[in-house]
Amino acid sequence: MKEHQIRALIEEVREGRLPRRGFIQRMVGLGLTAPMASMMLVHSGVQAQAAMPAYKPTKRGGGGTLKLLWWQGPVLLNPHFATGTKEQEGSRIFYEPLAAWDADGNLVPVLAAEVPTRDNGGLSADGRSVTWKLKRGVTWHDGQAFDADDVVFNWEYNKDPATSTSWISTYRDIQVTKVDSHTVRVVFPKPTPFWAEPFVGTVGMLIPEHVFRPFMGAKSREAPANTKPVGTGAYKIVDFKPGDLVLAEANPNYHVANRPYFDRLEMKGGGDATSAARAVLQTGEYDFAWNLQVADDILKGLESGGKGKVTIVSGGNIEFIMLNVTDPWNEVDGERGSAKSRHPAFSDKAVRDAMALLVDRKGVQDFIYGRTGIATANFLNNPSRFRSNNLKFEFNVDKANQILDAAGWARGSDGIRAKGGVKLKFVYQTSVNKPRQDTQAIVKSACQKAGIDLELKSVTAAVFFGGDVANPDTYTKFWSDIQMYTTTMTQPDPQLFMEQYCSWEFAQKENKWAKRNILRWKNDEYDKAHTAAQSELDPVKRAALFIRMNDLIGESNHIVPVVFRPRVSAAGVKLAAPLSGWDNDMWALPHWYKDA
Amino acid sequence: MGIYILRRLLIAVPSLLGISLVLFTVLALAPGDPFEELATNPNVPPEVRMALRASLGLDDPVWQRYLHWLTSMLKGEWGFSFISRIDVDTLIWDRIPVTIAVIGLSQLVALAIALPVGILAAVKPYSWFDRIASTFAFIGFSLPTFFTGILFILFFSIHLGWFPFVFQSEVSATGWAWWVVQFKQSIMPIMVLGLFQAASWMRYVRSSVLDVIRLDYVTTARSKGLTERVVVLKHAVRNALIPVVTLVMLQLPGVFGGAIVTEQIFRVPGIGSLLIDSILRNDTPVIMAVTFVLACLVVLFNLVADILYGWLDPRISYT
Repeated sequence: MKEHQIRALIEEVREGRLPRRGFIQRMVGLGLTAPMASMMLVHSGVQAQAAMPAYKPTKRGGGGTLKLLWWQGPVLLNPHFATGTKEQEGSRIFYEPLAAWDADGNLVPVLAAEVPTRDNGGLSADGRSVTWKLKRGVTWHDGQAFDADDVVFNWEYNKDPATSTSWISTYRDIQVTKVDSHTVRVVFPKPTPFWAEPFVGTVGMLIPEHVFRPFMGAKSREAPANTKPVGTGAYKIVDFKPGDLVLAEANPNYHVANRPYFDRLEMKGGGDATSAARAVLQTGEYDFAWNLQVADDILKGLESGGKGKVTIVSGGNIEFIMLNVTDPWNEVDGERGSAKSRHPAFSDKAVRDAMALLVDRKGVQDFIYGRTGIATANFLNNPSRFRSNNLKFEFNVDKANQILDAAGWARGSDGIRAKGGVKLKFVYQTSVNKPRQDTQAIVKSACQKAGIDLELKSVTAAVFFGGDVANPDTYTKFWSDIQMYTTTMTQPDPQLFMEQYCSWEFAQKENKWAKRNILRWKNDEYDKAHTAAQSELDPVKRAALFIRMNDLIGESNHIVPVVFRPRVSAAGVKLAAPLSGWDNDMWALPHWYKDA
Repeated sequence: MGIYILRRLLIAVPSLLGISLVLFTVLALAPGDPFEELATNPNVPPEVRMALRASLGLDDPVWQRYLHWLTSMLKGEWGFSFISRIDVDTLIWDRIPVTIAVIGLSQLVALAIALPVGILAAVKPYSWFDRIASTFAFIGFSLPTFFTGILFILFFSIHLGWFPFVFQSEVSATGWAWWVVQFKQSIMPIMVLGLFQAASWMRYVRSSVLDVIRLDYVTTARSKGLTERVVVLKHAVRNALIPVVTLVMLQLPGVFGGAIVTEQIFRVPGIGSLLIDSILRNDTPVIMAVTFVLACLVVLFNLVADILYGWLDPRISYT
């Protein structure tokens, strides 16, 4: 989709001919993120009525205990040390960012008084600074006032390498200054089109200066508040047992009227996903369970009791297959999969096209994932196809055979195609995980019919995703012909995500395979588009660039998306718990309530 | 006696060192990374993960890390968890009360069942009572706890709705209500573990009582006209208990280590679930501490068992 087409669509939204949500969904279908799409609308002057979801209770409290079941409990409650979503979710009970992302990718102010725009003077014309106005009258759980100094402190805390937080890359290069007691300015080193990252959402939860100041840098580990959070959130800590239990009670001074509804909150950790689903859906012992990686037919069975419902929130997680660009079997310059080598078979586009036709995505969805994995023709969809809203999954063995015949890959006596001494025999690796092995089997049987022989290999997740440089089976080395895993695209801006196909990001020996272009795919137009997008201030032009990048990598067929993996959780039937695929599950926790 | 204990303790030092070395090496060689979850998040650049690894010393050579661990352990510093950044000893102390309450009680239940049933079965071997008890014992120790645990949950929690299957470490009730809640949530894990343990112990008690009950001194006791009760309890059982004591003693460190499977199923926050969580997250300091403490306890209780022999059977001397 070209820039002018996007502008035409935005016009349609402005005139009310295209619903806002329809626009956002269409952009997501093009490989953009919902937050990015909604920012485009805001920039073009189409304001969102971004508000927190409907809330029925008319007073604070009275809701009893909210019981959350996390089958892996959080082990620390400092949001900046969170290495996984469980710690992020645990911290989000107590800490809040300046603004959060709702399900449609709208920016919703939390500790900010308003979302910065060009109109209200929050955004500078050169795209190098953002001015946030803070909400007044907010207090920390210990009674101290929240102000601009706290925000500045969070920047200092995160950018210090000795503190070793998980978000250093967000805060390292920016400058944050206090303008007055309730205004801060964020200055970027270069024009930054996507400014809503520092202090926003998961990476933006704010901790109090007066509590954490003495524990900055190397002493960060010793802060008692790492396990006794002092935040601004709707619930205050009562007790915390790492990995087991988080107990909290309503914050009587919460800065939003009539919230929260529940008097106490309990987050229990441990156990396994299936029994967590059971405790919510079948027995009703708990109100909410997170991240239910459970077979869909089991969920359906548990749901039939009527005590709870499964909630599916789509974010940007995609299970996809990579076809190696380089030769994983022979060393070039002392390195397997060297960027200088070419894959003997996949360098022929016909083979890649055939492979894309041999992945039965619909079958994978129907027989393996059900509601928890939605077949996707491409997250880099062909626009006309998407517009017709008629997603067809090309699964066509005959067509694959024709393509291979035409390209001169003839079947040998063993039924396996070959050309010029190269046989279509591939190793297909993934991590050990039941649905992944089932998917491998489906692809293998289709390939067999097309004269392609696949050897299936599964590697323990700890090895596959591990950071061991000496191990040959890590996914970053990609020393096999084909590999498959899920990549997460939940962050609001696609720039970092798309960097994984830029030629300067090759994961190779000289950087210990610690860079992101695992595929080692190189395309000059792609590189140029990405460089341009980094400083393009017009969000529409920038979106067009990202869509072009998506098309380039998608058309190469070096990557074959299989299914979208939405986030699956379970909630009691009476619980109103708005979730968002672009932020933590707890992003709207203060607004949760139960229907009487 | 004193010299004997001293000698045993001195012998224990090199074996504990050896155990710690093996544990550490195996853990260091095992694949995995505590920051795995950051790896698949494209929003976190790999260099951040590398910096975190380096700051925890994970990139140093194994021998260096081992020496570092050993010296701080000797100084009484257990280190801190890579994941939670909390001191390891705090993490372990937090879990001990629940572990001892649940696992310890299950062992008591096991003893309370195994001793009387085993003795009665041995006194009247091949009677109906013996046959029924033996059949149940065989069923008991052939069914793994993860199976009986889920069976209990399906029957008592879901079908009957009597007990909750999620264990709460904080119970808000007070007084009698507190005991009721504790009872309801603990009974299933305790019984699952207790019955499993009782089944195998009962077989041991039975066979060792059976060994002594036909010996001449028991016949002598009977011919003196002592009551059957005195004969069995004072003469036969006391001697028969020696092998059982060893067995129970060697089981005691297990009380500290918890029961991984049962704790997972019922979400009991004990040492076992701490251990398995740490293993899944490659949290080496916690794994090292828990396994090493277990190793120490095994060595210690072996010694205690040997000393108890002398008390139970004066013929054994320690010179």
